[in-house]
Amino acid sequence: MAAGAGPFRPGASPGKMAAAARLGPVGDELALLEKALGLQSGNKYGAQGERQVPVLQTNNGPGLTGLITIASYLVKQAKKEQLLGSSAEEKAVVHQWLEYRVTQVDRQSSREDTRTVLKHLNAHLEDKVYFAGNSFTLADILMYYGLHHVMVDLTVQEKEIYLNVSRWFNHIQHYPGVRQHLTNVVFIKNRLYTNAH
Amino acid sequence: MATPAARAAKSSSRESSASRAPVGGSSRENSRAAPAARFRFHHRAAMRLRVATGSPAALKVVAAARSAAAPVQLCWAEPGEPPPSPLCPPWAPALQLESGAVLFSPNAICQYFFLRRGQQPTDLTAQWLEWEATELQPAALAALYARLVHGRTGAEAAAALGGALGHIERSLAGRGTAYLAGDAESVADVVVWGTLFPVLRDEAVPVAELLQSWFRSMTRSEACRSAADTVLLPQRLQEFTACLQKLPPPRPLPGTAAGCEEDDVSERALTEEDVAAAVDAWNRGAAALPKPWRPPKPVLPVEGMRNVLITSALPYVNNVPHLGNIIGCVLSADAFARYSRLRNWNTLYVCGTDEYGTATETKAVEEGLTPRQICDKYHAVHADIYRWFDISFDCFGRTTTPQQTAISQDIFQRLQARGFVLQDTVQQLHCAGCQRFLADRFVEGICPFCAYQEARGDQCDKCGKLINAVELKTPRCKLCGGSPAVQPTRHLFLDLPKLEERLQPWLENCWATGNWTANARYITRSWIRDGLRPRCITRDLQWGTPVPLDGFRDKVFYVWFDAPIGYLSITANYTEHWERWWKNPQQVELYNFMAKDNVPFHSVVFPCSLLGADDNYTLVNHLIATEYLNYEDGKFSKSRGVGVFGDMAKDTGIAADVWRFYLLYVRPEGQDSAFSWGDLMLKNNSELLNNLGNFINRAGMFVCKFFGGAVPPMALTPDDHRLLARVTAELRQYHRLLERVRIRDALRCVLNISRHGNQYIQVNEPWKRIKGGEEDRQRAGTVTGVAVNVAALLAVLVQPYMPAVGAAIQAQLCLPPECAVLSHIFTCTLPPGHRVGTVSPLFQKLESERIDALRKRFGGGQAKPPNLPAQSDPPSAPGAAPPDPGRIRELTARVAEQGDRVRQLKASGADGARVDGEGGEKQNGAVPPPRYPQLSRVLPYEDALPSGCLRGGSGVTRAGRVPTRGTERGSRISPRETPPESRAHPTGVRAGHPPVPRSPPRTPPLWNPSPPRSGAPPQKPSSPREPNPWTPHPRRKIPPRPRHTFLPGPGSLQPGPSRCAPLILPRIVLRRSAASAPPPPPRSPFITFARHDAASASANRQPVV
Repeated sequence: MAAGAGPFRPGASPGKMAAAARLGPVGDELALLEKALGLQSGNKYGAQGERQVPVLQTNNGPGLTGLITIASYLVKQAKKEQLLGSSAEEKAVVHQWLEYRVTQVDRQSSREDTRTVLKHLNAHLEDKVYFAGNSFTLADILMYYGLHHVMVDLTVQEKEIYLNVSRWFNHIQHYPGVRQHLTNVVFIKNRLYTNAH
Repeated sequence: MATPAARAAKSSSRESSASRAPVGGSSRENSRAAPAARFRFHHRAAMRLRVATGSPAALKVVAAARSAAAPVQLCWAEPGEPPPSPLCPPWAPALQLESGAVLFSPNAICQYFFLRRGQQPTDLTAQWLEWEATELQPAALAALYARLVHGRTGAEAAAALGGALGHIERSLAGRGTAYLAGDAESVADVVVWGTLFPVLRDEAVPVAELLQSWFRSMTRSEACRSAADTVLLPQRLQEFTACLQKLPPPRPLPGTAAGCEEDDVSERALTEEDVAAAVDAWNRGAAALPKPWRPPKPVLPVEGMRNVLITSALPYVNNVPHLGNIIGCVLSADAFARYSRLRNWNTLYVCGTDEYGTATETKAVEEGLTPRQICDKYHAVHADIYRWFDISFDCFGRTTTPQQTAISQDIFQRLQARGFVLQDTVQQLHCAGCQRFLADRFVEGICPFCAYQEARGDQCDKCGKLINAVELKTPRCKLCGGSPAVQPTRHLFLDLPKLEERLQPWLENCWATGNWTANARYITRSWIRDGLRPRCITRDLQWGTPVPLDGFRDKVFYVWFDAPIGYLSITANYTEHWERWWKNPQQVELYNFMAKDNVPFHSVVFPCSLLGADDNYTLVNHLIATEYLNYEDGKFSKSRGVGVFGDMAKDTGIAADVWRFYLLYVRPEGQDSAFSWGDLMLKNNSELLNNLGNFINRAGMFVCKFFGGAVPPMALTPDDHRLLARVTAELRQYHRLLERVRIRDALRCVLNISRHGNQYIQVNEPWKRIKGGEEDRQRAGTVTGVAVNVAALLAVLVQPYMPAVGAAIQAQLCLPPECAVLSHIFTCTLPPGHRVGTVSPLFQKLESERIDALRKRFGGGQAKPPNLPAQSDPPSAPGAAPPDPGRIRELTARVAEQGDRVRQLKASGADGARVDGEGGEKQNGAVPPPRYPQLSRVLPYEDALPSGCLRGGSGVTRAGRVPTRGTERGSRISPRETPPESRAHPTGVRAGHPPVPRSPPRTPPLWNPSPPRSGAPPQKPSSPREPNPWTPHPRRKIPPRPRHTFLPGPGSLQPGPSRCAPLILPRIVLRRSAASAPPPPPRSPFITFARHDAASASANRQPVV
């Protein structure tokens, strides 16, 4: 993987550099999440190691390390536990996609890897509205942030190939409070490549 | 993406049918299990957990299921079987939930099991899970890759874990809790343990204290232990290795020290200093080598030298050793002895045949010879075999010598004088006609339980109950038909409990300083933990060492007391100054080589005798025990004609050195291994011929062809310097491993050196440069000169393994004899101008036709299987003629068969009290093949041995005989029990091996499996009672595992064999696979989501049938 580069690089979007430069990509993502959750931003973030694993400094104890860990903590802080799933099954599914986000989406190092991820996600979303089925969860938020830089770069044809991902992505970027300053990715309504499938 | 799973997903296209195969654990035959049993599963299994064979993540999900007591049905997927969901990498486990949804992330699956039980994730568990997924897993994968694919040792592989272990240790220390996320076990512990276990299973891996204790307590927990037993079987490991090998090496993560690519490691390991030191050593030339030490004969300890005394377990004279026996002791000891001599250590290697005992007596009667003549005859057979294998004994003696009598009696008298010998009375059946006490199996009578007329002394054929011979009503002697009477008889016992106080401190000291294999430590520990009891040391026999005590003069010492003394008496036959070796612990280091079945006799019983005798004896410092070697997929079996035996190896036409090489290459070091013809051919052709032989031949040929047979002048470049340093690094590793007697691992270093050499030649292409300009020609000269010097080093390094090949290389290269010595440096021993001799190929290719023919020849079937229709066997009339040899043979055959049966019964959990009544000869599985005298007459003498005693292991050693009950109660005799052996000869144990039920092929488990839970009657471990999580079980036997097993759910579900039948599962209704159904009409991204609810979603799912 590209050393040091987080997968999610909203800072790369033109015109939005200021915030990104200050916090670094990961901190930026967590700041976005805080905002999406309606939290007052007051948490301090650091980054650890070459992979820039986010660390949340807390007043007591050693703090929390890792994107999933901190994100889940923030969700609880915002008292929006339903975002972590309501049943045991849903919780496990949410966990699974969060893990997929940090182990697979964040690790992609080539176009080939990216395509595999999109293919998988496309298959998964074929019969689902959200990652965990019918409810909007943290998995959707973090997956959206994680995939944003990928989706921005997709060609129109690719967006059609990964149709289910596109549909889901478009849905999430219009979900209130999620996108914030990130670029709106444009999807074309009418299919151009009818023989793509 | 970095995961192999994802790569595997990409690289393989699969057919959809395989996934529903009613798959059974490891062996395909299980899928044939009864359909009735399938049914039972249906309603029970709420969730179905599919685990790919060999998947590293399998361990943690199974452990989590057990830990959280999730009602889950476990089924195994073969590699290549398509995953239940396209999202799910074929490697990852998949959990199909009640709802039909599939979880494919191992951590999410674990998490789910705990969630179901109401254990909510905390910040801390979430953090561990995330860390495990992002940091630990890739590092652990790299470590496994290093270990399995590159064949690194456990410790080296663990180094690939980098800072991960330190992270855990710091967390445990920082929080001060016993578990990772608090004081109770949580999902975090299971997940982290599951990933670490395959890497840390080696005791040798250095681990910090807190981590160690956490790891151990996890490993010992029921859930984890049973998961390890279930998941980590060697064949799974092989599958895993095979898949790993297909993948490119894992990319090291930034920030971790996970260097796993072989070249990376050696490249990185080379510092400037290493290179400089290697160059310096090279320049010093042959003068830098120590002068080879040629000890005067006889070899005696020399003040100021390292004096190494090596013994290998004494083979029992009546057995022809098979390959397992040979690698188990004599060959392993020989490789080490040769290494030791090359290191200029003053070395004495003694061995010999163990000759006393009833089996010898019986055979003497059969062949109409005296026991002495029998021993003479078969001693020569043994000596021939070892000579052919080029075993470099300094002395190969025998135990039937006056020295043996003198030394045994002396030790006994000293023990007696110091109060370590007890006397006790035992009730035994005595036959007046035969003038002897009878072994259980030489008695028949009326069953005390069911009144069956022809019950045997050990078991009733009718009711199947196990019997104590003295309980039989109206017992009959099977030899003469007379009526034996119960008579008290007095026996002598060695008071081990009293000696324990001497044993313990000695052991502690010895373990702190000596080099004991993990299995040796473990077996010893479990023996002592189970409590030592007095052991009977006398028997009512004639062929043995007489007991020098009034009242016992008609008895002899029992073999296990007597046989290890053979080491001393054989040395005494070699030199009158034997005491300078054996009563000189200050100057002598003693190495004992054996297979693991012999460990207790060398680590507890014999040391106790010597400690009690209190005469400054040299006690073992390094106890090197091997595991078992299997033959192809099963066991060696003389009676079934399966396997290669010592005397047949030479008839194969394959050179002794190739045999030695291959046996040492697969030496069961740390875990059981198997001899396989296909692998032998592969290793011969790839390693010997293409790697080692090719390199040495090329190096030599270039000198002859391009430089007229004289080593050319060399001008070394930095590239050459690096090669020198790399070879030196391998050489150092070779020494490190051999000093710890890791014979097999050290062989890898030798092969690595020649691999480096081949690569060096390949890259530098001297054959092209020689045709070039002056500069190129000079370069060709340098490369050839360096290469031929590497070949000269290899000539010495291979000597412990292949002495004749080593000598041949030395002769071809005309290496001066004073260079045939091992040091830690690689120096230029063939300087420019040195003339080499005639270079010729060293190895031959083995063709597959030839191997197929050999496999067929030794694959069994040429000897008639013993299961012929039972011959009617009318009970002998009382007062019948005196026993004739044929009759004895027949009876012993039946006895053997009976022994097998009894063992199976015991193994399947027979009543303890009954089992306890079993005498030693039952455990021993004893004598000749079942009931068909006509068969035993036509078979050669070895056929008279039960298959069980011929399996792997040292097999041969009599010292290993457990004179006793082959049950868990430990092979002990207490004074209150019947002394096991006035009776038949314990042939099986004599063979050193616990005979094993014949039926299912043995599946050697890899990681310290607990006693099997189900399946075929398991072989009971003879001493350890509970599996130690750290070491392999010494006598274990894992039945083929059913493909489906229940994991215990709340309140039920111990998996039993009957339940573990295959099952056609309800379909995983997931999603349409692209192949089986047309794609749905594409949806626009802007279709409203409301329409896309569950109903429409499920309409889209189509079962793939």
